[in-house]
Amino acid sequence: MPSTQRTPLIRHADRLSLLVLTLLLTCALTVRAQEGFHTETSTGVTNVRIAVADFKPGSSDPQTDSLKRTFDTTLYSDLANAGIFDIVSKSLLPQAIPGVPAEMNVQQWSVAPASAAMVAFGNFGVQGGKILCNGFLFDAKNTQYPQVLAKQYNEDASDDSARQIAHRFADEIIFRLSGGSQGIAESKIVYVKINGGNKEIWEMDYDGENQHAITNLGSISLSPRISPDSSRVAFASLGKEGFQIRMYSLLLGRMVTFTGSGGTNITPAWAPNGKDIAYSSSRSGDPEIWVSDANGSLARRITSFRGPDVSPTYNPRTGSQIAWISGRTGLPQLYIMDTDGSAIQRMTDGGYATSVSWSPNGQFLAFAWDRKYGPGAPGGQDIYIMEIATKRWIQLTHDGGRCDFPSWSPDGRHIVYANTPDGKAGHMRIMTMLADGTQKRALTGSGADMPNWSWK
Amino acid sequence: MSSMQNRLTRTLALASTLAVLGAVTGCHKQASGVNPSSLGPTPTAAAPAPTASITADPLAIDQGQSVVLNWRTQNATSAAIEGIGEVNVNGTQTVSPANSTNFKLTAKGDGGTIEANVRVTVRVPVAPSAPPPENVDMGSEAAFHQNVQDIFFDYDSFDLRPDAATSTAKAAEYLTAHPSIKVVIGGYCDDRGSAEYNLALGENRANAARTALISAGVASNRLRVISYGKEKQFCTEEEESCWQQNRRAQFSLDR
Repeated sequence: MPSTQRTPLIRHADRLSLLVLTLLLTCALTVRAQEGFHTETSTGVTNVRIAVADFKPGSSDPQTDSLKRTFDTTLYSDLANAGIFDIVSKSLLPQAIPGVPAEMNVQQWSVAPASAAMVAFGNFGVQGGKILCNGFLFDAKNTQYPQVLAKQYNEDASDDSARQIAHRFADEIIFRLSGGSQGIAESKIVYVKINGGNKEIWEMDYDGENQHAITNLGSISLSPRISPDSSRVAFASLGKEGFQIRMYSLLLGRMVTFTGSGGTNITPAWAPNGKDIAYSSSRSGDPEIWVSDANGSLARRITSFRGPDVSPTYNPRTGSQIAWISGRTGLPQLYIMDTDGSAIQRMTDGGYATSVSWSPNGQFLAFAWDRKYGPGAPGGQDIYIMEIATKRWIQLTHDGGRCDFPSWSPDGRHIVYANTPDGKAGHMRIMTMLADGTQKRALTGSGADMPNWSWK
Repeated sequence: MSSMQNRLTRTLALASTLAVLGAVTGCHKQASGVNPSSLGPTPTAAAPAPTASITADPLAIDQGQSVVLNWRTQNATSAAIEGIGEVNVNGTQTVSPANSTNFKLTAKGDGGTIEANVRVTVRVPVAPSAPPPENVDMGSEAAFHQNVQDIFFDYDSFDLRPDAATSTAKAAEYLTAHPSIKVVIGGYCDDRGSAEYNLALGENRANAARTALISAGVASNRLRVISYGKEKQFCTEEEESCWQQNRRAQFSLDR
């Protein structure tokens, strides 16, 4: 049984971490280099140097070895991917593996070559079909009272449980050492799996593990968006009458009703209250942004301009603004407005801008942009982020092929996106990076598109 | 109806109870001889008629999906659903009908038999590119495509070009001469740019073609619009001639 306790400290700490991110991005934005822009999320702060010991086997059960390997690998990669740690290479760790606090000699870990400030360790065993895992976090510089965290986990023995336990323990460590920002190791990513001529909605863990199908409609399903409480996925699917918004309940494990309408209905977006959905509908002829409740009822039109209006996304912090893509002046541009359709502001000054995602703190927009769009134009479609208050932007991807569909992680420090190195649609795969463009890595092989990160 | 029956039942029960009371208080000698059947209405004389209701959630599904039937009866001793067979008098069941089905619930009780219905609509997917079967009333497929030709668009545009105006005029003429023909207009885009934006752009393209045909006198209820964006590519070469093929409004017979 995991004993997870969140303290009220979180609210204050959360604000602190947002402030740090804001400062970092402001730093980055002032650089505003369009080529060769490189920085660390850690610029200006010292990353905590943490040693992650392989856990000590807690039993001689034959399952222990393989599950412990899964656990060790997952915990290490969760902490390495968090972007706030300086991880001690495993080759520098002391020989003796401590399993319990009594076996832990922190001085061995705080001196060179490990020179760790923090040590994560513990024991992991399988007994009677159950995983029993004890995880500890010690402050290596505090010889008198080194223990920062002690957690016990008891779950059914499976590869998935071993991964989930590692995710939960990693989130606890990140929460303690990041100044209170919630870890994202338990978050999910929904996406489109390209399967021959069909496209189905799939889901995976944030690290690309546990990829599995959600829908099996045998059609073309696009633009999955997970609800703020992670209970439902809204998406658009091609039926006899064209594309319509569909809704899948992750709790019931089946499709649920979403009242349709005429015309093409695509690109749903959840309001942070979980009650409203904005989407593009051409029921009145021209594709416009409409808002309805989560069952498709009470639909009302928000925009009214000739030309395509698509891909809305709510300001997740306030719920009172919508960013979207409009072709009212020709090539698609990025706009924001209030949810009643007033206060329209154009954000991009040209090129071809699409696929906008609003950062959790409400301050930034991530989007795909081809700044010199047109046949024969130089450059390509890359991921950018823009600070809304100043309209200043930075480019996060360079020369890596076509990029599209950025989506922010719940902590606002990572961005997941789709990338095709050779530009071919079938070669789309899902990548992740820190919000400053560093630590890019692929989460899936080719044949995956349109990722959307869960809200928590 | 059932509340009226209840009231009737209650009234009868009250009346008979009073009658028994009267008999008991009036005739002390017979106090031990109460006939149990006089305590209430006899079942055969006034058995309440059964009631039945059945619902399905959702009412419309795609082929292969399932639907939950939920039925309730009162005063029924047995119940059956056509196609499923004998069922509990109250219950739920998940079914996956292959075609649109009328689920008929029949409830039998001492008071009679009653039926309730719910219709589940099954949407059978139809491959949009599959040629519809021949139908003489609509003219031949070949004649249709000869006269109603796809129209092509400039890059990122949904404005009709001069060549498109010529083909829509010819198409309108053919459609006016064959009033039984209905048309699906598919909107398509080349594979550059964003999938989401292209779906909206494809809708605008198909709508532009639809508007042109309506202006030329074709009734709007004969024209249906579906945008495929860049999801159904005609060709996949990365060159202008292929991109141009994909940037089109395509006409098909809607049967």
